[in-house]
Amino acid sequence: MHKASFQQRPKRVALFVTCMVDMLYPGVGIAACELLEKNDIEVVFPEEQTCCGQPAFNAGYLNEARKLARRFLAVFAPLVESGEVDAVVAPSGSCATMTSHFFEVIFNESRETDLAHQAERLASVTFELTEFLVDVLGIVDTGAQLQGKAAYHPCCHLYRELGVDRQPRTLLDGVEGLEVVDLPHADDCCGFGGLFAIKNSGISAAMGRAKASNAEQSGADAIVLCDVSCMTHINGILSREGIACHAHHIAEILNNHLGSTLRPPSQPAPAQADHPRRWGD
Amino acid sequence: MQVDIHAPYKDRVNQALSDPNLRVAVSKATDRMTNARLASMGAVEGQLLRTQVRKMKEHVLSNWPDYLEQLETNLTRNGCTVHWAGGIADAQAIVKDIALQNSANLVVKAKSMATEEIHLNHALEQAGLRVVETDLGEYIIQLADEPPSHIVAPVIHKRLEEIAEVFQEKLDMPPTREPTKMTSLARARLREEFFAAGMGVSGCNFAIAETGTICIVTNEGNGRMVSSMPRVYVAVMGIEKLVPTVEDAFLQLQALCRSATGQQLTVYCSMTSGPRQQGDVDGPEQVHVVLLDNGRSRMLARGYGEALLCIRCGACLNACPVYQEIGGHAYGGTYNGPIGAVISPALAPEIAQFKELPHATSLCGACREACPVKIDLPRLLLDLRSDLVQEGASPKTEAWGIKSYASLMNSRRMYENLGKMASIGSNLYAGMSGGNIKFMPPPLNGWTAYRDFAPFAPKSFREWWRQRSKMRGQK
Repeated sequence: MHKASFQQRPKRVALFVTCMVDMLYPGVGIAACELLEKNDIEVVFPEEQTCCGQPAFNAGYLNEARKLARRFLAVFAPLVESGEVDAVVAPSGSCATMTSHFFEVIFNESRETDLAHQAERLASVTFELTEFLVDVLGIVDTGAQLQGKAAYHPCCHLYRELGVDRQPRTLLDGVEGLEVVDLPHADDCCGFGGLFAIKNSGISAAMGRAKASNAEQSGADAIVLCDVSCMTHINGILSREGIACHAHHIAEILNNHLGSTLRPPSQPAPAQADHPRRWGD
Repeated sequence: MQVDIHAPYKDRVNQALSDPNLRVAVSKATDRMTNARLASMGAVEGQLLRTQVRKMKEHVLSNWPDYLEQLETNLTRNGCTVHWAGGIADAQAIVKDIALQNSANLVVKAKSMATEEIHLNHALEQAGLRVVETDLGEYIIQLADEPPSHIVAPVIHKRLEEIAEVFQEKLDMPPTREPTKMTSLARARLREEFFAAGMGVSGCNFAIAETGTICIVTNEGNGRMVSSMPRVYVAVMGIEKLVPTVEDAFLQLQALCRSATGQQLTVYCSMTSGPRQQGDVDGPEQVHVVLLDNGRSRMLARGYGEALLCIRCGACLNACPVYQEIGGHAYGGTYNGPIGAVISPALAPEIAQFKELPHATSLCGACREACPVKIDLPRLLLDLRSDLVQEGASPKTEAWGIKSYASLMNSRRMYENLGKMASIGSNLYAGMSGGNIKFMPPPLNGWTAYRDFAPFAPKSFREWWRQRSKMRGQK
């Protein structure tokens, strides 16, 4: 996937917050937004955005996926083409993969060449959050501070489709006070896989339990990752299995959303994290 | 519990998941093979090797008919008899007739997936012949009356203790768990079979078109015996398993050995370029080569030609987290793991015969990363899912669900209303069950059977955004 190189530092980006972050984990979206703003990036949130269509695409329903892909392109492409924003940033490797990798595939398949080209152009300025912070803005330290032990889980789409791995690890290493430990079999899939988690729930959960047991073995207080879908799966398993470790999206850590200390493993899991912390500034 | 390969998909998976020994045996062995592959590919310019092998195999496929003709010409010139088999019945009949014409009552076999594919042992046994598998792993599962569960390690699903039980029961072995004693026993028994056999059958790891040579790689030397000791030797090869030149053969050999077992080279690489010539001290009197299509040209026509690049090394199985959980038998076909999930349906007369397999994957991509020919397996699995939908082979409720979801998500108003309803509903419900949701109705009970679910947020990101924008006096 070809990525644009910026002549000047980008000034304004469109946040593709993703439907799961919007509805389930707004705290992650807020953290992403504030991280960008702290680094002098103006954030635009196109309110017409909904879902990128990945569930339909993954299940094999290409017509339905194209319907939502057309919508996505209609919302985001004009912002980039008119120069209103310099890039599109998403706090998700999986959704960024869908829009910047598979949109082109599904429009080529239907021989909608114009849309495929538009998708390709949009893809060249679409970035996953940590990829944008490190590769485009050159940030290695977000100024975050957190006491505790964390292990990084590379989510499959981010790691294998987008090839983003060094960036989140770099940013985690920059968190003051945080000890980053190895996760055994880190690059094994957590078993989420979208519809797979429902259709083949037994296999999916067995993979999830393997991940949870590796998380426990790592001795980490928290698993850090860049996708809330995998986070939902891992936390669902950890909670059901009664393992005192919790998965967090990296944006929340980089933006100091978790207080000063990661919960030690002996303490019970807290209720769902509070959000949003504040309503304006 | 043993997995019944003929049971329905759901039952096979449940049987596999409820056997804790299976996971231990499979994941231990696959981890070992994966580590060996990584070390071995890392010792050379692995990425370059992958690129070169892929390029070579792509070249073969774009000139497929020409190379097949060249191979046939050269095999014939070398004195081999070439047979073309369109499907399972043709292939079975060809091999059976060769055996009967030569009064070969005992057939010894080297490990071969192509002969598994055509259920050759069964067909020969039906004709009254005795068939003995001579690869140690294949020998064990033949004694246990099971099909192989891995492309290169057929008995991967069994632990040493289980193998000892099989030997005690079938070979009257005195109780022992010492691998050397067990293999010595098998070796002694197999030696007698080699001497008595009238015909040897193997698969073919690759055939060289320019020289008319059949190559099989083994570690135990049984392939050498099968192809040289009996009077008649038959090689059954899938028609995609050919390489143009000797150089190409060694290129593929490198990739195959390093990716399969992590070896630089297997212990044996047996090359047969025709029957015994005058003055030769050994070798078979007859060499037959069965060129097997059995769905391969159909697979190309269907758009799954990329899977014909496969060199059957098994690296994708070893890398696959799904395979590690359920082993090979749960896939229900000859081939398993990621490549099996692609080619079982793609080779079959109807894709829908294996409609569950393209969904038996989280699409994590570990297989593509491991593949020595860089086959984009996740993409092929996605294509199969899409073909299944177009054929109307997916469940009606699923189709209805996805269509409704796409319509809802295509409207901002409906999307926002849905979010609100989900938030209110899930929070009320979660409140009742104390924080996390532990049960949801079908089809979402698939989720809550094994995992908790956190409720939707009371306020969405977009509500926060609007509120903040209002306070800032922005649009």
